[in-house]
Amino acid sequence: MSNDYTSSEMMTVTAARALENGMTCFVGIGLPSEAANLARLTHAPDVVLIYESGTLQTKPEVLPLSIGDGELAETALTTVAVPEMFRYWLQGGKVDVGFLGTAQIDRYCNLNTTLIGDYREPKVRLPGGGGAPEIATNAGEVFITLKHSKRAFVDRVDFVTTLGFGRDGKGRDGVPNIGKGPTRVITDLCVMKPDPETKELVVVSLHPGVSREDVIEATGWEIRFAESLESTPQPSAKELEILRDLKDRTDRKHAGQ
Amino acid sequence: MAEFLSLHDAVARYVEDGATVAMEGFTHLIPFAAGHEVIRQGKRDLTLIRLTPDLVYDQLIGAGCAKKVIFSWGGNPGVGSLHRLRDAVEKGWPHQIEILEHSHAAMACAFEAGAAGLPLAVLRGYVGSELPSVNDQIKFIECPFTGERLAAVPSVRPDVSIIHAQRADRAGNVLVEGIVGVQKEAVLAAKHSIVTVEEIVDDLGATPNACVIPGWAISAVAVAEKGAYPSYTHGYYDRDNRFYKEWDAIARDREVFTQWLDDNVYNAGGAA
Repeated sequence: MSNDYTSSEMMTVTAARALENGMTCFVGIGLPSEAANLARLTHAPDVVLIYESGTLQTKPEVLPLSIGDGELAETALTTVAVPEMFRYWLQGGKVDVGFLGTAQIDRYCNLNTTLIGDYREPKVRLPGGGGAPEIATNAGEVFITLKHSKRAFVDRVDFVTTLGFGRDGKGRDGVPNIGKGPTRVITDLCVMKPDPETKELVVVSLHPGVSREDVIEATGWEIRFAESLESTPQPSAKELEILRDLKDRTDRKHAGQ
Repeated sequence: MAEFLSLHDAVARYVEDGATVAMEGFTHLIPFAAGHEVIRQGKRDLTLIRLTPDLVYDQLIGAGCAKKVIFSWGGNPGVGSLHRLRDAVEKGWPHQIEILEHSHAAMACAFEAGAAGLPLAVLRGYVGSELPSVNDQIKFIECPFTGERLAAVPSVRPDVSIIHAQRADRAGNVLVEGIVGVQKEAVLAAKHSIVTVEEIVDDLGATPNACVIPGWAISAVAVAEKGAYPSYTHGYYDRDNRFYKEWDAIARDREVFTQWLDDNVYNAGGAA
């Protein structure tokens, strides 16, 4: 099975494996949604997927393009209003894990989806916070998945849209009634976890064929590596087959076929 | 009691220049037909509120209707940017607009508080986010019982809210099915409301706990078939995901956008 999968597939499969069967997961659109549904279709059939559109325990046949595709409501156990979703289900503490993507992330897992540049004179205006600011603090813990690049992994995010651990790593200290925050970051090169003390991201596992230099080259700060660095297990043939089927039927559906 | 009006007349009567307007629908049931009518009638200086501006506000912004946009996620879902929103914010075309941005949770709570007649919404939100530093409408208060620091935002009280729904009965009672977003809250929070529907029926066919908005809580009901297209109406037609992807190229270029607006809004539909 070596070499016949892409780095994107490696990322999705690894992100999917992070979800345990029976977890309740608040799912962001894009890569997190792909990973969460792969988990549901493989090792975690009873994972509960919740989307911010109000769809509770949904089992989409194809990946949604938007967070509110009809597919999500049609395959959900029930659909609630958006205020109820955020107030009762998320803020009320019913979500184990929030699964997020981002445009920028820094060493303390702070996420920027607001803009590049200065707020009043942005170079690039990004979509904004959406559900992320409260998902990141009201879910029990947070998984983050995105492609590894120097543009995304920056020393300082231009704007903290969503709290990781703050600019100094102490942003959650002493704040009552919030979750643990980010517990892992999964990219196409590696898996990172926050240092238990400093909260700085540390590489704990390299994907097969990826070197330390590859990660250093793609990270905008002096990235640290765990002493006992692991090698991420390869995707299985079954995981790849299910992922490719899912993506194929998704592409067909979104092309209007 | 809701009055049955044409879409043209409903917009002409209730959407005034300078008004604060919420056209809601969370991906689903986005009131595009109504948005296009607002563009055709040349409304100006609107404060536009929506969690997800989506294509409908991209079009209104590009057409020059907006003065200010209050939102929480301004992208083309699954595709990328809203280029008309970006062009207005980054380059001031067709004119500079003011933006005020929140998180979804805060806006959802603000609509709910508006419906509840309260001046503010309270939530466990914005912890560690820098959004409060760029939005003076986000404050923090201390819980008088526990001392916990909580976020507070003003409630949303639009001059007019506009939503789309599946159907109304002959008394103007409206059924909303599927992803219901903040539509009920938007209608109840507003001074006036316009609901466009796919059809008028004798019997709504609503189950006891269905989301029904009574006709007496709505100002005007107007029939707009396929009024949510290219978003969708659950039970009637699907979201046109292909168009959402095509919009990226249309909206990216000012001239292509202007031509699209001429062909599909100014010179299309809108019978009085």
